[in-house]
Amino acid sequence: MPAAAPAPAAPALLPGLAVLLLCQSAGEALSRLAHLPLPGPVLGMLALVALVALLAWPPVRALVGGTADALLGHLSLLFVPVGVGVMTHLPLITQYGSRIALVLLLSTWAGLAVTALVLQALLPADEARAP
Amino acid sequence: MTDFVQLWVYLSATPLFGLTATVSCYVLALAAYRRSGQAPWANPVLWTVVALAALLTLTGTPYPTYFSGAQFIHFLLGPAVVALGWPLWQRRAQLRTRGPALLAAALAGGAAAAGSALALGAWLGLPSEVLRSLVPKSVTAPVAMGIAEQLGGIPALAAALAVLTGLVGAISGPGLFQWLRIRSPAVRGFALGTAAHGLGAARALQAHPDAGAYAGLALGLQVVLAALLMPLLAPLLRALT
Repeated sequence: MPAAAPAPAAPALLPGLAVLLLCQSAGEALSRLAHLPLPGPVLGMLALVALVALLAWPPVRALVGGTADALLGHLSLLFVPVGVGVMTHLPLITQYGSRIALVLLLSTWAGLAVTALVLQALLPADEARAP
Repeated sequence: MTDFVQLWVYLSATPLFGLTATVSCYVLALAAYRRSGQAPWANPVLWTVVALAALLTLTGTPYPTYFSGAQFIHFLLGPAVVALGWPLWQRRAQLRTRGPALLAAALAGGAAAAGSALALGAWLGLPSEVLRSLVPKSVTAPVAMGIAEQLGGIPALAAALAVLTGLVGAISGPGLFQWLRIRSPAVRGFALGTAAHGLGAARALQAHPDAGAYAGLALGLQVVLAALLMPLLAPLLRALT
């Protein structure tokens, strides 16, 4: 009877998740204790940058990178519960619906166009026009 | 039949329902999106939200019941914002050499999005709490909620407006760039991340790896800039409304 093949190593997502949660917790604690204007997850993001910059130990970077890439790869799924929550604001939205839609459309286009045109003007020509 | 009804009453009230419905609808919508050749109108978040809203309405399930299950997915938005530090750190070399250009574009684009929303909304006579919730609309939802709260808006409405903004950007962005003759994936990605946060970044990531990286960078920058600068708008909002 052939020996059972060793199970393929599962991608180690949990240690990276632990690091992300620890950074978020540190961020929340700092935001509350020091009354900083930045929300906890944003401070957590800065804490993560500081951590991977200071801890030049490759395994930490590999673990954090793997989990971060996996989580960010499914980023759009994470917006679904809030998106469904649009339902709960139906009275406000039906009352002001067309005006809110107009504001959202025009301001988003303004944001996209201004960012793209400013960056295109400021980057070196070869990079800005690369296909 | 009564057994089935009882079973449904039980299942629809447990967190299992919201979680199962969210993940299943999203998996189906994502498959349809890929089959469509990633057409912007087939945006998976849009159709998942539409399907779930229809499902909740048809079954008479209240949103809080749905959210008791969906919160497990929603919660991951926090760690996802932290995870944005990773692409930011990975691109530190570009950030250093292109820093001033990227920072200027992020500031100009963020100001254009928030400023035009505020000006247009005030001109159209939107109520004060809607205006205050509109300001952080181009920032990723969990951070938008925090900023809206500081500005005196409605956090849940701000999150919903942020998701709608992300959808508008992800769906109409490619057409707008074509019209403006912007071809560089880096520039397109950076603009999507700045004006349409995570949903724009998800769209950019599917278009080109460079676009995705720059979108992640833009998203992270926008989060920091907005969290630092937008609360300063509070006095202006008080004067305006």
